[in-house]
Amino acid sequence: MTSRATLKGLVCLVALIAASAALVACGGSSDDSGPRELTFFVAIQPGGTIEETSKRCSEESNGRYTITPEFLPTDASQQREQLVRRLGAEDDSIDIVGMDVIWTGEFANAGWVEEWTGPLKQQVTQGVFDNVIETASFEGKLYAAPFNTNTQLLWYRKDLVPKPPVTWDEMIDQAEKLGRANAGTIQVQANRYEGFMVWANALIESAGTEILSGPEKVDLEEGPTEKALEVMGRLANSSAAPTSLSTSDEDSARLGFEAGESAFMTNYTFAYASAQSEAPEIGKEMGFARFPEVVPGTPSKPPLGGFNLAVSSFSNNKDVDFEAAACLAGKDSQLTAVELDGLPPSRADLYSDKAVQKAYPGFAKLVKESIESSGPRPTTPAYQDVSLAVQRTLHPPNKINPDDASSIYDELKSNVEDAVRREGLL
Amino acid sequence: MSARTRSERKLAWMLCAPAVLAMLAVTAYPIGYAVALSVQQIDLRFPEESGFVGLDNYGAVLSSELWWTDIFNTLFVMLISVAIELVLGMAIALVMYKAIFGRGVVRTAVLIPYGIITVVAAFAWQFAFAPDTGFVNQLPLISDEMDWFGGRFSSFAVIIMAEVWKTTPFMALLLLAGLVTIDSGLYEAAKVDGASAWQRFTKITLPLMKPAILVALLFRTLDGFRVFDTIFVMTRGAQDTESVSILGYNQLISRLNLGLGSAVSVLIFICVFLIAFVFVRGFGAKVDEGRPGG
Repeated sequence: MTSRATLKGLVCLVALIAASAALVACGGSSDDSGPRELTFFVAIQPGGTIEETSKRCSEESNGRYTITPEFLPTDASQQREQLVRRLGAEDDSIDIVGMDVIWTGEFANAGWVEEWTGPLKQQVTQGVFDNVIETASFEGKLYAAPFNTNTQLLWYRKDLVPKPPVTWDEMIDQAEKLGRANAGTIQVQANRYEGFMVWANALIESAGTEILSGPEKVDLEEGPTEKALEVMGRLANSSAAPTSLSTSDEDSARLGFEAGESAFMTNYTFAYASAQSEAPEIGKEMGFARFPEVVPGTPSKPPLGGFNLAVSSFSNNKDVDFEAAACLAGKDSQLTAVELDGLPPSRADLYSDKAVQKAYPGFAKLVKESIESSGPRPTTPAYQDVSLAVQRTLHPPNKINPDDASSIYDELKSNVEDAVRREGLL
Repeated sequence: MSARTRSERKLAWMLCAPAVLAMLAVTAYPIGYAVALSVQQIDLRFPEESGFVGLDNYGAVLSSELWWTDIFNTLFVMLISVAIELVLGMAIALVMYKAIFGRGVVRTAVLIPYGIITVVAAFAWQFAFAPDTGFVNQLPLISDEMDWFGGRFSSFAVIIMAEVWKTTPFMALLLLAGLVTIDSGLYEAAKVDGASAWQRFTKITLPLMKPAILVALLFRTLDGFRVFDTIFVMTRGAQDTESVSILGYNQLISRLNLGLGSAVSVLIFICVFLIAFVFVRGFGAKVDEGRPGG
């Protein structure tokens, strides 16, 4: 190299910041003089349900505890990742956990959440849908208080569709007939994420079988499973598939429907209120029906979502945690959730309440019926592995041959079998 | 060796000791820990079922079709983006070097993409290419219906474009540092002898810049092999665009399978080590030369 050239003006400034760590005393205060500080890790709800219920329950405790919400991201996978990292490290700063219905097996099996017993167990399960109690239980024990639930309906355009379809095949036929230029597409959730598992599971359940029949027992009966897969393949390969089918989620589906691009959509109940405020012209024409059937004549099993509230095993305040969680998940809180965020209550007896009727004008009964007949996703400690295996095998759905799903069926079955044994890469 | 040399050498070792200890604590220890985890069965979700399994985890990774698909994806993104970055970076470095007025402004403007956080840049490009909200599909010659993230190679195209957009300035800066070390007298002499601009570039600039180019390529190749943010934000690995880093993330963070995940991490480390080895030994890259101030 030639002589070193001068590099004027190139100043490298390295600032070493000796951080004087201001250590904030954290964790539950165990002195009996003031109220206990409980931290509630939960997914954010844009309407303010969590703040409102935390405040009310703190007040109702008469100074025994105050509940501080700690919000998790909106994306379900990221919520779980944050929680499991903390719980895996036995973090005692979590008292109450807002637990997605699919995490129960994993959290309970790992010993991260406490079992509910006695009178409080009676209290939090009273009047709750059986399906929802099942999602809060693992191996016959209850691990969380059911809070809100959720389900998907079929939303359609009344101005384009005179009579809502009963089956997926009928719906695809109707959409094809309308044509793409005339909103002849169907919005679903088919990006490679948990929403895809929700869709696949609902179709498999509706076809009359299930992914798992026990925590480590794969069911996936061949005939019905292939029927369900063929529906996915048929939609994905038809003109009824929106352009971005394989990257769609709840929000893109809603946006597509509100933009008038699609006459059909399967989505959660939030879609109704959203269309009324974001696209009133479309909202006015928005019809609702039950999640379509896979096998004509066999009632569908719609998806089931929602959150249950659990008590962390690493909390220092377990004596009051259960009571606080019971209040947060209680009747009044469920009504707040439906009022502020449109979230369906997990207690069946609340569906005649005015708040529910107002949130779901004309379809409160349909929501209730949909939850009662829903097909929950499997409960297993290896849920994450099972979900990843299903997503990996079936995504993108246009690779499924709609006329013969037998080869992808074999692949699915063997991948799910590996997943419950937690073998191999996913 | 004289007594003085010996005592100087001893002093040198003592002066280096704190840095060596710090490196051992923050680098060697985590790597060693990852290696230790990779030979065990450890799943945080199943605390009871743990134990030593030898090389089983490595066997599971290396026999998986997924690992090899992801290696292909990673190398594909790495090679293409680094190649484009080298050509563009060289062009930008030459422009920055030759800029007569507004040198400061030009250099700052070119550096802006590099100053933007990768996740933010990835989201910005994802929105730009989204069929519903993006502007890209509104451009002429591009179908309004194009679903960029719906296919494997269209996803790769966007991912590579975002990577190139983001890191070309870094490449350009490293190359510029090499460019300014060339004695301008050489160009004048060549001009007098009648060498064309192309000849001056290939006979003077490129040979003298070889150390700078190799270092720039080494850095970018190592970065490129560990590509994570852009793919994670844009596709999360869907449509077969997953890189090995995302594979490791899935095992470690999503599945909490520390054994399997650590095996993936160790294998990535070995790959990175091999890349560095090939550059340093094979091409003779000298990491302590050709850098700004080097």
